[in-house]
Amino acid sequence: MNRRLLGVIGGAFLLAVCTPKDDSTARAAPADRTPVEEMQAGATISGRIKFTGTKPTNPRIDMSEEAACKAKYPAPPTAETVVVNANGTLSNVFVYVKAGLPAGGTYPVPATPVVLDQGGCRYHPHVLGIRVGQNLEILNSDPVLHNIKAKAVKNRPFNVSQPSAGMKTMRTFSAPEVMVALECNVHGWMNAYLGVLPHPFFAVSGTDGSFSIKGLPPGTYTIEAWHEKYGTQTAIVIVAGTAPKTQDFTFAAR
Amino acid sequence: MTAVAHPQTHTHHEPMSFWRKYIFSTDHKIIGIQFLFVSLFFLLVGGLLAMQIRWQLGFPNTAMPLGTLLPEAMTNAGVILPEYYIQLVTMHGTFMVFFAIMPLLMGVYANFLIPLKIGTHDMAFPRINMWSFWLALLAGLIMVAGFFVPEGAARAGWTMYAPLSARPDLSGASYGQQLWCVSIVVLGLSSVMGSVNYITTVINHRAPGMTWFRMPLSVWALFITAILAVLALPVLQGAAIMLLFDQTIGTHFFDPIAGGQALLWQHLFWFFGHPEVYILILPAMGMVSDIIANGSRKPIFGYHSMVFAIVGIAFLGWIVWGHHMFMSGMNPTLGSTFMVSTLLISVPSAIKVFNWLGTMWRGNIRFTVPMLNAVGFVAMFTIGGLSGVFMAATPVDMHIHDTYFIVAHLHYVLFGGSLFALFAAIPYWFPKMFGRMMHEGIGKVHFWLTMITYNLVFFPMHVLGMGGQMRRLYDPTAYDFLKPQQPINEFITISAFALFAVQLLFLFNFLWSLKRGKKAEQNPWQDNGLEWSLPSPAPHGNWERPPNVYRGPYEFSAPEAGNADFLPQHVKLATDKEPAGRL
Amino acid sequence: MHWWLPPAASTFAGPIDGLFLAIFIITGIALVIVEVGLVWFSVKYRARPGRKAFYTHGSTRAEVIWTAIPAVTVVALGIVSNHYWVQIKGRDSVPPNAYQLGVHVKQFEWQITYPGPDGQLGTGDDFTLRNQMHITVNQPVVVHLTSEDVIHSFYVPQFRIKQDAVPGMTINAWFQATQTGEFEIGCAELCGMGHYKMRARVFVHTPEEFTAWMTQQAAGGSE
Repeated sequence: MNRRLLGVIGGAFLLAVCTPKDDSTARAAPADRTPVEEMQAGATISGRIKFTGTKPTNPRIDMSEEAACKAKYPAPPTAETVVVNANGTLSNVFVYVKAGLPAGGTYPVPATPVVLDQGGCRYHPHVLGIRVGQNLEILNSDPVLHNIKAKAVKNRPFNVSQPSAGMKTMRTFSAPEVMVALECNVHGWMNAYLGVLPHPFFAVSGTDGSFSIKGLPPGTYTIEAWHEKYGTQTAIVIVAGTAPKTQDFTFAAR
Repeated sequence: MTAVAHPQTHTHHEPMSFWRKYIFSTDHKIIGIQFLFVSLFFLLVGGLLAMQIRWQLGFPNTAMPLGTLLPEAMTNAGVILPEYYIQLVTMHGTFMVFFAIMPLLMGVYANFLIPLKIGTHDMAFPRINMWSFWLALLAGLIMVAGFFVPEGAARAGWTMYAPLSARPDLSGASYGQQLWCVSIVVLGLSSVMGSVNYITTVINHRAPGMTWFRMPLSVWALFITAILAVLALPVLQGAAIMLLFDQTIGTHFFDPIAGGQALLWQHLFWFFGHPEVYILILPAMGMVSDIIANGSRKPIFGYHSMVFAIVGIAFLGWIVWGHHMFMSGMNPTLGSTFMVSTLLISVPSAIKVFNWLGTMWRGNIRFTVPMLNAVGFVAMFTIGGLSGVFMAATPVDMHIHDTYFIVAHLHYVLFGGSLFALFAAIPYWFPKMFGRMMHEGIGKVHFWLTMITYNLVFFPMHVLGMGGQMRRLYDPTAYDFLKPQQPINEFITISAFALFAVQLLFLFNFLWSLKRGKKAEQNPWQDNGLEWSLPSPAPHGNWERPPNVYRGPYEFSAPEAGNADFLPQHVKLATDKEPAGRL
Repeated sequence: MHWWLPPAASTFAGPIDGLFLAIFIITGIALVIVEVGLVWFSVKYRARPGRKAFYTHGSTRAEVIWTAIPAVTVVALGIVSNHYWVQIKGRDSVPPNAYQLGVHVKQFEWQITYPGPDGQLGTGDDFTLRNQMHITVNQPVVVHLTSEDVIHSFYVPQFRIKQDAVPGMTINAWFQATQTGEFEIGCAELCGMGHYKMRARVFVHTPEEFTAWMTQQAAGGSE
């Protein structure tokens, strides 16, 4: 075969393959607004997660075998599986935009990490969200061994240990996944849930059961609310201009 | 004065390129030397891994010097992480057993000594012999690669128990575990190739007059060991392949999830594993016999008993494997049967120790560096062998299984035993390999300092084990009952650093002597073996014509020797008849 | 600082410690003979000018003696050891009135299931605790060992009890504590990165204490 032709084809192939993919900056936001301004300018979907039925009793966690952690609590803490607030709302519900964002939208990944702390042999927070490619900083605030096992399916699972206080480990996730279960195998009651998303439109319901997702451009959105015990619920929310929208969810006791 | 014949040396090859002569050589002596350099390197690697283990055990959760140079998966701010610690214990054992001690005994000395000591030009299959070395090197490199793949090296202990080793979701390592299996399969191939050579050569290529019972005990031991290896390694290879399949293609040989059995791995591994430990000691015993007879200037005491003891140990070694599994959950009746065979195997080993004592009795002992180390071998191996009696008694094993008592035992037989024997063998045959002597003074300082620091490291481990300290613990102070013993761990660690530093003396001596050692004469130890009838170093092809053999290898101080206190096997006296099949 | 075996707290410790001591003495004698022999011969028979070694190939009588004595010794050891082995680990050795506990082991904890106030395992009042074993002194206990994932090993040094827990198998191990107090369970088989942190506690109670504890447990609940 003609060597020169081969060289040209080969060179073209290499050029095509080796050119860095720039899927993050191809179609930028309108030039006259920064991304932050863009978000602040968008609409907000907020609401409450209501809980109906008898509030379940969460089992007490016996930390007798880890004295250093037990000492941090005046009374034994309870599991965080179902956290029903005084106002009849549910905490730790992960709410996010499942579908409906404009095609080709890009949202810069924050440089600051999301911090997951292990303190008093609990994960803080219990449910959290992170961006694809954003750093998760796992911190051990206890003077005991914790391991963090991430049972990811779409992402590469990992299992790392932190034998002493002050240790930090960084991890990132390359694919969206709702939710990645995290657990500690030394302290079987410890678990947390991490939602990995390619956009910033997610929130976790707080101690008053409310959530708020800001900065949405106009569109028809599928919003999903996820709870570790009660599963998922979806709702369609139409955003026209910048007027805020309300969407509540209700989970019933089982 | 008896006439000493000088058989002509072999000089008829056309000149070979450097590559064919020293790198891709089929000469058994060059191959032995290649194994020597590579195995000493892996011995150093194993030692460095041990130093890190000792750091963590002596100073738990403290930043290790140079620890910050290691990647984040291994250390955090210089502190060894638990997942790295279990890689360290796994790979320390793996490198030491498979890539240091086994090749130092077999790859080096089976290759180097067998043709020389039985009086032939080379091995039966020189090209297969060459492949045996290159496969061993390849296996070693594959094993090292485990540290450089994502998630890191294998970490289920050198014994690689399933299902921990089969399930990456439970161990945390996938590629590293797979590489361990691949490396073992390649190494097994190397061992089998070598063994086939050693067995065939000993059976078929002995010089005229070299009857079976005129062979030196080193050759007997290497021959019997080769039979063990050719039968045992394939079992490990099979198990490793099954494990690799469990790890990669969805089989469940060892995982009860789909009908597999965890204990199957243990049976397969230890069916190989027990003969393996006799592979690791018999050649050492054989070479020590040669050296002690030489050092005492007396025939070996009870030569025939010594041969039968080697054969007895090798035979019984196939039916004791369950003693590694007394607590495993296998039927307790098997515990009884394996206890019987295990207690019995101590008898031939005891016979050997008494025969070495008998050899020294009424001798005229010259304490050269090889003799010092050979006597050190007997002293240390005895401790290791006797500690084995405790674990053979199954009720006692309930307490000491998987504790530091076992770690003490295995290091007494492998370091106190095999490695001291190598510290004897390496300077002993150095002149025949390289034409120079290793430095005697440095050798003596190395012997004494090693003897002291070695015992300071490993003897206290018996106490740790009696106190209940389990194996492979990242931090013993996690247990209240072990906290009082922590000073012992610290003491052992400091002694271990000293022990390692002393080995640098040996390393220096070895390397320095290669170029600057005193030029060696033909028979510097005044020994009787056939190899000493050749110049130092021995030439390619060994003899032009193989020598005739007139007597056994241990005729020291024989009356026929006259004024000399040795009488080489190839020297013909007036009263000797020519052997059958003479050339 | 312990220089010997841990303090004994079970019925097994008597035979096991006794056997250990016997072996220690026997092997100690053998060790002294060999090591003293080596040193003595090294000094007495060191090379000196004008000396010659004694030329001999051995002695059949010596071979017979030093084969027979070790052989007889190990056979005796074997008989004694097997006697206790069968008593401790034999499949029929579990005392019929032994208190039953389920011990389900996983990375990296011990889940201990109690039969509850009705004393029967497998009924509705069973409950499970993490890393805590409560038993009564001077009463045989049998643990039904199971494993969730990999091989672990149940080990209480002061009780001299050790038994591997193997996934896919239920293995029974029994023992009887002879001292009240608090002891530790350690994992004696490498099971992953948390192997060293698999510590649990055994509380040996008087019968009254145990009953009180059981009542209190049945009332409250914890994870």
